Amino acid sequence: MSITVSQVSKKFGNFQALDNINLDVKPGTLVALLGPSGSGKSTLLRTVAGLETPDQGKIKINGRDTTNLDIRKRNIGFVFQHYALFKHLTVRRNISFGLDIRKKSPQAIKQRVNELLELIQLQGFGDRYPSQLSGGQRQRVALARALAVQPEVLLLDEPFGALDAKVRQELRDWLRRLHDEVHLTSIFVTHDREEAMAVADKIVVMNQGRIEQIGTPAEVYDNPANPFVMSFVGEVNILDHTSPLFKRTNRANSASRLFVRPHDLEIFETPQKHHVAAKVQRIVHLGWEIQLELALGDRSVVSAHLNREEFSRLELELGQQVYLEPRQVKYFEQDQLNYHASSTSNQQIAV
Amino acid sequence: MLTKPKASVILLSIALIYVSVLIFLPSIFIFYEAFHKGIDVFWNSINQRNFWQATKLTLIVTAITVPINTIFGLCAAWVIGRNQFRGRTLLLSIIDLPFSVSPVVAGLAIVLLYGRNGWLGGLLAGLNIKILFAIPAIVLATAFVTMPFVAREVIPVLEEIGEEQETAARTLGANDWQVFYRVTLPNIRWGLLYGVILTNARALGEFGAVAVVSGSILGKTATLPIFVEQAYKNYQAEAAFGSAAILALIGALTLIFKEILETRTHH
Repeated sequence: MSITVSQVSKKFGNFQALDNINLDVKPGTLVALLGPSGSGKSTLLRTVAGLETPDQGKIKINGRDTTNLDIRKRNIGFVFQHYALFKHLTVRRNISFGLDIRKKSPQAIKQRVNELLELIQLQGFGDRYPSQLSGGQRQRVALARALAVQPEVLLLDEPFGALDAKVRQELRDWLRRLHDEVHLTSIFVTHDREEAMAVADKIVVMNQGRIEQIGTPAEVYDNPANPFVMSFVGEVNILDHTSPLFKRTNRANSASRLFVRPHDLEIFETPQKHHVAAKVQRIVHLGWEIQLELALGDRSVVSAHLNREEFSRLELELGQQVYLEPRQVKYFEQDQLNYHASSTSNQQIAV
Repeated sequence: MLTKPKASVILLSIALIYVSVLIFLPSIFIFYEAFHKGIDVFWNSINQRNFWQATKLTLIVTAITVPINTIFGLCAAWVIGRNQFRGRTLLLSIIDLPFSVSPVVAGLAIVLLYGRNGWLGGLLAGLNIKILFAIPAIVLATAFVTMPFVAREVIPVLEEIGEEQETAARTLGANDWQVFYRVTLPNIRWGLLYGVILTNARALGEFGAVAVVSGSILGKTATLPIFVEQAYKNYQAEAAFGSAAILALIGALTLIFKEILETRTHH
């Protein structure tokens, strides 16, 4: 089922939480709303759910105008960051809550609950109480509870936010597989770019109540619309025209900034033409990835990431002199740096 | 850190002596005085018209006051615990007012308001409705002094559980009543029960405000606590201690009832 958000704005007092949001979610897709806290991503989700009313604009679910529809009649499934399970009810009764309300027959309820317990791989946990489950299990029960009433769309508000790193990763992979099976139109909110990239078909990058860019994970990473998106979806070195890395391009002007991702800095032991000299200042081992801090001639510091093979081939040591060559950079003009740039004026230049 | 045995023994003794002087000794003394001459003497001393009337009146007043203040307390708790608005703390203080105002003052206010020359007294007298020195005034006085208990017990529980479960219930299709009955009520049940028990205990035992508004007419408008006081004043020590023992027993039974309920339904 499709979700259409058109020209939606919302204010809390003087705070513009949503500023003229337009968004089209195609049937069967899994969309991530990605942004820092206060960017409006949760407000947008809650507005679609009917937990907030927009000041302006319209929301349609499957072509039906739901802007002023009671939350009970929207037919949405909602999953909360802190699970919001009913503490006084067993797992089974939690899952059947929506079905009990709809007065389904006991037999139909039992069958549906069994199906869902199997889906969330918690057969045998039906008679436990939420307090007897781990965080990951609780969130799966919350998901089953939302799915029980066969909603038209599934909305998840930071669903993995309260879980520790390992469970988080397992659960997000599981959610992706689940989505591939049931193809329910879903929107989930996250501030974690890796999570958004790993799970979503499309990412909606939000900032200060606006949508900065909509695209596939690859699109927003490789073709960020503006400096905000570029820095939010991945690590980046931002350099001004005085940096040696910028000067070598002959494009240097005081109004531009050069953006280069740490893994796009290639490192050489011997200098070639145009290479920029740097000194290894710090080495951080992260298992499969090695992060370097490199001091340039003007004492500014850039970060470079290499894999283990590259690192051991180069035999780098602290204090060593190396030479840099960016594989790919992006330029953004100064006037875009207020993070509200239009998406048309960026340029991509292979160096 | 290890606790020093000596210090803990001293502290424990002080606490024990304090509790004994305040609670254990008086309770034992009441039951001793009521029963030490035998069960027949106890029974004969309380088996009188005035005692039964006082018991009946106390039960009637309690049966009216407790449900009213339970419903009021739930509403007040919901307004205060689920909404943010200007004057929220002021409202909370107003609900606490019966804790801080002497019951005698409250009784006096009722007398002045509903008396023959009071703002409402004249009007109601014209309609031939009797408030003072009758059940309505006793209910009013009792309701006033027991008003805060339910709200006070439920508000912190409501705040602690938060709104998320209720919101979740609504996304699953529950209407307001279903949200309250299926989600809110089970979550607040212990706080609510405790509030009701406190309300009940206070309603049974209220003396000051009721003494002022009821006229304390034995056999007519005297409640159990007033009967105890009157009997004692009239040198009927056996009747006084006998009925006091009954009051204490009802209080103890309420607490036992609460314990049973808690152990039965707790998981």
